[in-house]
Amino acid sequence: MARTAATLGSSSAFRRLYALTLVALAISGFAQMPIFKRYYIADIPGLGWLAQYYLTHLIHYLGAALLLGLVAYAVTGWLSGQRRPRLTGSGAVRAVLLGGLVVTGVLRVIKNFSGVYMPADWIVFLNMLHLALVMAYIVAAIWAAVGKKRWTTQP
Amino acid sequence: MCVGPGWATMTLAGAGVAVQADGEKEEFSVSSISRRHFLAGSMAAACALAVNRGAEAAAAGRDGEQLATLLDIRKCVGCEACVMACQETNGHKYPRPEKPYPKMYPSRVKVSDWSDRQDVTDRLTPYNWLFIQHATVTIDGEETELNIPRRCMHCVNPPCVKLCPWGAARQEPNGLSRFDPNICLGGNKCGAVCPWSVPQRQTGVGLYLDLLPSLAGNGVMYKCDRCYDRLAQGELPACIEACPEGVQTIGLRSEIIAEARRIADEIGGYIYGAEENGGTNTIYVSPVPFDQINQGSEYGPGRPHMAPVADQMKQGNRLAAAMIVAPLAGVGAAISRMMRAAQAPEADEAASDPNPDQGRRS
Repeated sequence: MARTAATLGSSSAFRRLYALTLVALAISGFAQMPIFKRYYIADIPGLGWLAQYYLTHLIHYLGAALLLGLVAYAVTGWLSGQRRPRLTGSGAVRAVLLGGLVVTGVLRVIKNFSGVYMPADWIVFLNMLHLALVMAYIVAAIWAAVGKKRWTTQP
Repeated sequence: MCVGPGWATMTLAGAGVAVQADGEKEEFSVSSISRRHFLAGSMAAACALAVNRGAEAAAAGRDGEQLATLLDIRKCVGCEACVMACQETNGHKYPRPEKPYPKMYPSRVKVSDWSDRQDVTDRLTPYNWLFIQHATVTIDGEETELNIPRRCMHCVNPPCVKLCPWGAARQEPNGLSRFDPNICLGGNKCGAVCPWSVPQRQTGVGLYLDLLPSLAGNGVMYKCDRCYDRLAQGELPACIEACPEGVQTIGLRSEIIAEARRIADEIGGYIYGAEENGGTNTIYVSPVPFDQINQGSEYGPGRPHMAPVADQMKQGNRLAAAMIVAPLAGVGAAISRMMRAAQAPEADEAASDPNPDQGRRS
């Protein structure tokens, strides 16, 4: 059971779903900026939805919910293992960036509720930090994929 | 002499319905405020401020409730005194673009230049944040023209603010929303998500000029900021103060809506803005249904409609509930998986991952 728990997040199905979720989040997240229409990407047949802000907003929220579920699934497995695998350096970097994305993302969701006021400077900082974290995560993920780096070492 | 903070706050904010310390209401419109009344209220407000809350809290309205404006469109004669007052008061906030404008790529990105048409007053522009919309309607069988002051609706949960990718749009606790011209890049997302397409863009001004003017951004977005600076100083928005007919009043949202309902009941009229887009802070009362006004008026770019509007942020905020459930589901799925694995460890080992020792990548 300990071994199963520790490797819950390492099944190929989990990895594929995780990667798909991150791609959906990245695309729908960048679609929150007015760039896809300006640069004709939304003109490509089948991609017109990229210029629909409310739709991409909903997709981003759905992706965020899925990501939270996947993270909870993997972390529960990791915490339940008697012999917990240790994060590699690359895994630790990605974990920190992912944690930052989750925290800033959740704060942005809270901000969007009616009657929630956040100081304007905080909102600017939060938006910029969320964007910076996702850019850093993309770089870290590419670096890990090219270098075939693992998230964890097996005990 | 200090009076109760409720009365003072309401007067400071230019309320249409003043609530005194003992809970007694005193109705007034701006045009009917006497100088003595206004000065007395202002002094009381200043006194209460010093003692109780401070200017910022007072501008937020009593108990943090948003402030709303009530527009009784029966009273508007279309004199445009409000339009002129708005331009005079807010002129220093208008764009001063640098010409020639940078060439923008790709070619589909068009210049939005209103700097040579600053005198346009029959629609919203970066230089005109309030205009009088005319609607031809039929009242008691007679064709009548209604005049309707139109500007930002100042939504209770404004999509322009909540969906701005930079945080250039902000909402203040008193319910007004406004744009920061030092941060806005002029991408017009706010204009696209606004159900009334109120924000208007001016090219050649703002932060984008210092970044990548040819490749990103296109100026700054402008709209009514409900005279946030005047409100913060305890003054009325210019359009309200200047109106000779007392068309507009401002006060706590709950009081303004109650007053709108009272008038609507009295005249058999209709209300617009209380429910639209989940609720706004600009409430119109009309003697005719708003679909009739909508049909009888010219609307399009810079000329907002008066059609029903569903709450644009509602679906997203409902989905946010899924973000609470999702981690719980993840934990539950993990525990369920581990319990199944414990019951049939060998079968699970074989099924879970052909090569678990490789660890996880991506």
